[in-house]
Amino acid sequence: MQGVCSAAAAMAVELYLDLLSQPCRSVLIFAKKNNIPHEVKQVSLMDGEQHREDFGKVSLIRKVPALQDGDFCLAESPAILLYLARKFKTPDHWYPADLQQCARIDEYLSWQHCAIRLHGSKVFWLKLMIPEVLHVEVPKEKMDAAVEELNGSLKLLEEKFLQDRPFIAGDHISLADLVAIVEVMQPVAAGLDVFGGRPKLSAWRDRVQAAIGKELFDEVHQTVMGSQERVKVMDGSKLEFSKAKILKFFM
Amino acid sequence: MELYLDLHSQPCRSVFLFAKAVGIPFEFKLVELSAGHQYSEEFGKINIMRKVPVMKDGSFVLTESVAILKYMLQKHSSSVADHWYPADLQQRACVNEYLSWQHMNLRAQGSKVFLLRALFPVIMGSEVPKEKMDAAVQDLNQSLQMLEDKFLQNKPFIVGDKISLADLVAIVEIMQPVATGLDLFEGRPKLTTWRERVKKAIGEKLFAEAHEVIMKVGSLPQKMENNSNLELLKPKFQKLFS
Repeated sequence: MQGVCSAAAAMAVELYLDLLSQPCRSVLIFAKKNNIPHEVKQVSLMDGEQHREDFGKVSLIRKVPALQDGDFCLAESPAILLYLARKFKTPDHWYPADLQQCARIDEYLSWQHCAIRLHGSKVFWLKLMIPEVLHVEVPKEKMDAAVEELNGSLKLLEEKFLQDRPFIAGDHISLADLVAIVEVMQPVAAGLDVFGGRPKLSAWRDRVQAAIGKELFDEVHQTVMGSQERVKVMDGSKLEFSKAKILKFFM
Repeated sequence: MELYLDLHSQPCRSVFLFAKAVGIPFEFKLVELSAGHQYSEEFGKINIMRKVPVMKDGSFVLTESVAILKYMLQKHSSSVADHWYPADLQQRACVNEYLSWQHMNLRAQGSKVFLLRALFPVIMGSEVPKEKMDAAVQDLNQSLQMLEDKFLQNKPFIVGDKISLADLVAIVEIMQPVATGLDLFEGRPKLTTWRERVKKAIGEKLFAEAHEVIMKVGSLPQKMENNSNLELLKPKFQKLFS
């Protein structure tokens, strides 16, 4: 037993995560779903732990998620997901060998950075974190504009990336759906009704949750889904050091 | 294979350069952005998002330069050298890491500085407020620092000894603000020598060919002022500048 445990431990990748962060959730869901040996190292963004010296050695970019596999360090969730898929030989549907299906996933993973990811994050910060934790008022026009941008991205997700397919790349869940769902959940966690009046998106969400496993999905989303409650008791001073940067970026 | 391109656009340049550098045949379909061709009904049928580049391979239509680059590479894998997207697990991961990071960093900030310097006056009818410009240039400088400190370090290219998709995508983005007359390479010897290596690996002549139109960007405002589509384009840019 001892030998087996040591071997497993030696094989385990270290995942530096904060589950408030969307890309951390896609990485953890992927690792857990595929039984990839991993050790989670918490990096609390609200406490500024990404600025610690030891984390800087793992990632100079100082963002989560970050992976450490022996001496090898890697940032950026699409890169981490592709690395894990290849190294641990996960089922083909996550990132198919088929040229066109693979291209559809690459297309989504590229597009989403400046679209759903950006717009969903913005709504999360403008609707919840900035007013409730930083105690800065968000002008109505800014909030409305952010929601409008998010609506535009959600429309493209439905009309261009999903169309009449069950999943983005076809019949099976892939990295694209995983990356998409965690981003869509962020504004949901801030209290925005994203799925209301969107039956196609809701049906896709149900399929994705079923493919991942509802229990795993809920477990990984527990922290962020508790955000509306947490901000009521959260110490706003924790974010003071990032306040200027946050306001500059989102406002 | 058809490539819908406007070489004013950074991701169009990386796709163009890659196809030409590795000898992948394609038909160049010009989509003139300053004339508003992306808003034509015809182009809308090709790409509902009305962006370039777009690749059409038979009936298969693909957007997003990173996806197009990988598709072309995979399809022609037998004739494309490994270093562009190495089979080695860790090296490949490093390419993917850069390609992911650059969207919201070097690409976003380089584009912003370019748009402010090249188009703000003609769109907004006034000069760029100093704080706005200074902030944008500062953000861009931070990304360039990250490129040097984290992605290049002491290596000749982003992923080791040879050029890859990462360097290609990086160089076309840096050239965008550079084309407006901002010398980003000044005081950056490491970045300068990397640029020379990249140009050499791509081919100096090809590099110059791809960058010919963007280097003439000084004439873009006048081109746009004379264009009836300017009123159509204005609101879209105004949103970016607010």
